[in-house]
Amino acid sequence: MLWVDKHRPTSLDKMDYHKDLSSRLSSLAAHGEIPHLMFFGPAGAGKKTRVMATLRALFGAGVEKMRLNHRSFKTPTNRTLEITTVSSNYHVEINPSDVGSGDRFVVQEVIKEMAQSGSMAAAASVRGLASTPSAAGSEEASSSSSSSSSSSSSSAAAAAAGAAAAGSSRGGRATFKVVVLTDVDRLSREAQAALRRTMELYTSSCRIILICESASRVIEPVRSRCLALRIAAPTQPEIMNVLDAVAKKEGVELPKAFAAKLSRASERNLRRAVLMLEASKISNYPFTPAQMPQTMDWQRYIEALAGDIAGAQSPGSLLAARGKLYSLLINCVPADVILRTLCHCLCTRAPNDFARHQIVSWATAMEGRLRAGSKEIFHLEAFVARAMQVLKGVALQMAELQAASAAAAPAASV
Amino acid sequence: MASAAPAKTMPWVEKYRPRRMDDVAHQDEAVRALKKAMETGNLPHLLFYGPPGTGKTSTIHAAAAELYGPTLVKKLKMELNASDERGIQVVREKIKNFASGVVGSSAAVADADGKMHAAPAFKLIILDEADSLTSAAQTALRRTMEVHSKVTRFCLICNYVSRIIEPLVSRCAVFRFKPLAPEAMRSRLQHIAEGEKLVLAEATYDALLRISHGDMRKAITTMQSGAALFGGDLSPAQVIEAAGELPDPMADRILNVVAKTDFRQVQTAAKDTALSGYSMAAVVDKLFDRVVGAADMSDLVKAGMLERLARASRAVAEGCDEHLHMLDLLLAMQRCQHGWVVPTDSDPDAGEL
Ligand SMILES: Nc1ncnc2c1ncn2[C@@H]1O[C@H](COP(=O)(O)OP(=O)(O)OP(=O)(O)O)[C@@H](O)[C@H]1O
Ligand SMILES: [Mg+2]
Repeated sequence: MLWVDKHRPTSLDKMDYHKDLSSRLSSLAAHGEIPHLMFFGPAGAGKKTRVMATLRALFGAGVEKMRLNHRSFKTPTNRTLEITTVSSNYHVEINPSDVGSGDRFVVQEVIKEMAQSGSMAAAASVRGLASTPSAAGSEEASSSSSSSSSSSSSSAAAAAAGAAAAGSSRGGRATFKVVVLTDVDRLSREAQAALRRTMELYTSSCRIILICESASRVIEPVRSRCLALRIAAPTQPEIMNVLDAVAKKEGVELPKAFAAKLSRASERNLRRAVLMLEASKISNYPFTPAQMPQTMDWQRYIEALAGDIAGAQSPGSLLAARGKLYSLLINCVPADVILRTLCHCLCTRAPNDFARHQIVSWATAMEGRLRAGSKEIFHLEAFVARAMQVLKGVALQMAELQAASAAAAPAASV
Repeated sequence: MASAAPAKTMPWVEKYRPRRMDDVAHQDEAVRALKKAMETGNLPHLLFYGPPGTGKTSTIHAAAAELYGPTLVKKLKMELNASDERGIQVVREKIKNFASGVVGSSAAVADADGKMHAAPAFKLIILDEADSLTSAAQTALRRTMEVHSKVTRFCLICNYVSRIIEPLVSRCAVFRFKPLAPEAMRSRLQHIAEGEKLVLAEATYDALLRISHGDMRKAITTMQSGAALFGGDLSPAQVIEAAGELPDPMADRILNVVAKTDFRQVQTAAKDTALSGYSMAAVVDKLFDRVVGAADMSDLVKAGMLERLARASRAVAEGCDEHLHMLDLLLAMQRCQHGWVVPTDSDPDAGEL
């Protein structure tokens, strides 16, 4: 298991940073009652970890008994949609953008299913039949669609029994189920619109937790139905603390200076920082003072590409750049990440601010086209061409100025 | 449905959803006209439009409850919303099934609420979130409305009336739901706070009103969340945090670095803002307010910056890469501030598509 997963804290009081937020979440969960929630913040800031810890605070350890289901749904228009869900007896997690344009249908089906099984669990626990409802609920869930559940029914039943025990120890207060939707910023408008009334109609038996990077991409009527929780990226010292703790648990000697380098290179992305720590350990341990953090291959590749572009601006170097862009795309580096990273590296190498302002403008313009268009390579290449044009222009200008001042100097001395 | 739930597990927006038309705050025009129509038994097709959380859905459900009473309402009201399958075929079929069967044959019934409800001569079909119906489906709806108009009334609800095709609009009595006025919101919030035994400072109410811009649901959700997170001493700053708005100190920092001439500082500020998680929409909104109100900027500088903010706002609506666009916005604002011009500013290729 990777260190990032192995050392993921599971309870709110073990969260290493944003302690305020954690304690507020605990007090929220202590009511046995949450509104719909929306967690938003940059990648690697720990949104998912906090969601899971909140669920644990609500339902007890039973939420960690999770199973993976490969589900398939048939739409009324006879399209078959496949999706993988992760669920416990208390919640189900899906990434609806996995199914593309059928996302609305899948989201609705899953919510309805959970809302129904949720109210059954609630009703039964009132009657004191705490051990049956969740098992019945989950069985119905898997049989109602032509799913091939990867878990055997006996393990599900065992999980249910354990969960029921945990539930009763908490007084069975939370009577609703939770649907966790990840990457909602990639959810279609249609699916978001469909969430509106659903979030109102099923509130008694079902809560929805939305996770996204950008709150702007969630439509206003959905946002106004949730309590929004902002999860900022951890600061560099906070990352260093986490790295230190992970290193201790793994029995690895981590000098402060190297931890600082790692946290700087991670750009405040905690997941990346821990991954880099593990990769660096594999590539060279014990750590030496001169050692550089093991960054991702693609990052180094883009840095080198920026070096090429800054080094020579000509049709030949444009052609060479195209080859490199292609190999990045073939290796599944997303085009927007390439564009953003390349822009950043070029700004570092550009000779002056005049060039930097223009490079950023071009990158932004091409980002728009990237989204609107279909052939990514066109727009990436156009950006490289524009960046070369800017750099060449600035270089010529500087040469001219130099020549002028060289010409002016002897004249002045006469 | 909601009524079956123990009150404890109910969000306040649902718990305090207006049940009767008189509970609906600030929409007097619509409510008065509806009541009148119901008295005369002469209800037209309806179209409600207006921003989120202004009472559209609540009003029509309250009206239906008063019109039909608790028993008949289940039989005579049907709701279709964006979560339902709404292909043309399905909608037509559902409406046909629902509309078939006679109404008004049964005599007046004394209902559980102790009142007499004369069975009205029509059923009610609520098409909520109608702006997400395709225009093909809307076109098909024209015919359906006519075919069943003897026994049914339609109520279309949407945020944007411009997304409803003209022939449908012209078949309906149209009501605009206004963003709620501050006084109306305040008294509704106070009513809820009373019911929940919550005591809040006046300044906190002010903050709730300010962040919700007339959206009652947003105000109530924020109040409940804030109360759960911070208890009774919920402060205005915490309300602003709960609403996800960019706080003033962060806006100060951005405007400060923009006023300087250094690239690196702008770059760091853009990155920090993005990493703090605030959405770019929140940043643009806040900067807009600050630039408009700035005392130390010439009109020319302001105009330039606002133009850039408008562009950024459009990019956000289109779902742009926020890291890149944030940096571009702040750099462009820096150029405006100092009167700098770079070739990309006038190059149409670098502008909007
Ligand atoms: N005019 C109002 N008077 C009192 N409460 C209101 C009013 N408008 C909204 N609310 C509160 O906000 C909640 C949401 O209102 P409602 O569902 O009617 O909004 P809507 O206009 O249909 O919004 P949307 O466009 O997002 O569907 C209600 O449950 C109620 O608590
Ligand atoms: Mg509504």
